[in-house]
Amino acid sequence: MEILYQNLLAFDRYDLIMIGIGCLLVYLAISKEMEPSLLLPMGFGTILVNIPFSDALVGPIQELYNAGIANELFPLLLFIGIGAMIDFGPLLSNPKLMLFGAAAQFGIFFTLCLASIFFPDFRDYFSIAIIGAADGPTSIAVANKLGSQYVGAITVAAYSYMALVPVIQPPVIKLLTTKKERMIRMPYEQKSVSKLTRILFPIIITVVASAIIPQATALIGFLMFGNLIRECGVLESLSATAQNVLANLITIFLGISVAFNMTADKFLQLDTLLIMGLGLVAFIVDTAGGVLFAKLLNLFMKNKVNPMIGAAGISAFPMSGRIVHKMAQEEDPQNFLLMHSIGVNVSGQIASVIAGGIILNIAAKLMGG
Amino acid sequence: MCLLTNAAVNLEFNPMAFVENLKHMGVGMLVIFAIIGIIILATKLVNYLFSE
Repeated sequence: MEILYQNLLAFDRYDLIMIGIGCLLVYLAISKEMEPSLLLPMGFGTILVNIPFSDALVGPIQELYNAGIANELFPLLLFIGIGAMIDFGPLLSNPKLMLFGAAAQFGIFFTLCLASIFFPDFRDYFSIAIIGAADGPTSIAVANKLGSQYVGAITVAAYSYMALVPVIQPPVIKLLTTKKERMIRMPYEQKSVSKLTRILFPIIITVVASAIIPQATALIGFLMFGNLIRECGVLESLSATAQNVLANLITIFLGISVAFNMTADKFLQLDTLLIMGLGLVAFIVDTAGGVLFAKLLNLFMKNKVNPMIGAAGISAFPMSGRIVHKMAQEEDPQNFLLMHSIGVNVSGQIASVIAGGIILNIAAKLMGG
Repeated sequence: MCLLTNAAVNLEFNPMAFVENLKHMGVGMLVIFAIIGIIILATKLVNYLFSE
């Protein structure tokens, strides 16, 4: 009998708060369908690691963390699956769309400056900034590589705000655009893209990005490797496996092992609240950066672009592209922006990975010097 | 263990850090546009050479 209440008395209020947070993540995953494939394992993992004397923490979860997150293996393997899911066709028909993907990474660098006000260690504020990549695997990989103590909070912020993109982006877009701008139509010319172009594209991106930013080689390389499997046309079975089995399996392991950092002593800090706030700023400034860049281009272009497509340059794929299309249709039911916005959205995926590499590159120079 | 005690140790308020890090913002955005620009040119070239 004594052993029962001894273990029960070991719970303190912080353990209970963390278990509550774990339950909240599970609730949001199931009830609100907010990134359920990641938030559910992460939420349940949070419950597991916050039970006093839990043999799940110092045991399987720690082993999984060391085997797949501490060495960035899981995020990279997940990138193979993501790369295999992405169709770069709309982007290849209109490569200029990639500029919007670059502009929408502005939130990362703005947040870097903002976070530096509060966090003295550059490894922390560089890692917090990468929440603005709107890309979970990149956020986890960069924060881990930099050795930030806030990997758990950064992961929660990144995935939560990705799920909240439909709530965050529309007010920002509306604030920065007029109704007339939102009604701009962009005719879509269906251009055929050769198979050879589709095969060469991932190779070109890997070589160009890695040659300039070697720290981006693993991130961009694994993403493009997945895409090459998809586009080569002779590996249908591997492509299907990467898109489904591999991506799902890694997502389970990734979610539950991220919970290794979700213990009360690491998570229940004012720092965490600040990180959540900075993550929100990153997403807002990303959106604003894309929209304002499109408006800037319109000053010089004969054929105006609908500035809303700039907002799709964040990496949250395909939600962001769909939101822009939906907003355009609300203003004018005959306005079809989907192909443009999805093209910009996939370019955001590429740009966010490159931005992750740039962050690592600058950090490496700071560590070296 | 939690909340205010550790936060006081980990956090600071240094507004000048924002200004000091603006150079990273400038370099970061410049490099990302440069890389994307090269990729756009390469893609246009490939599209031109191998169009169906």
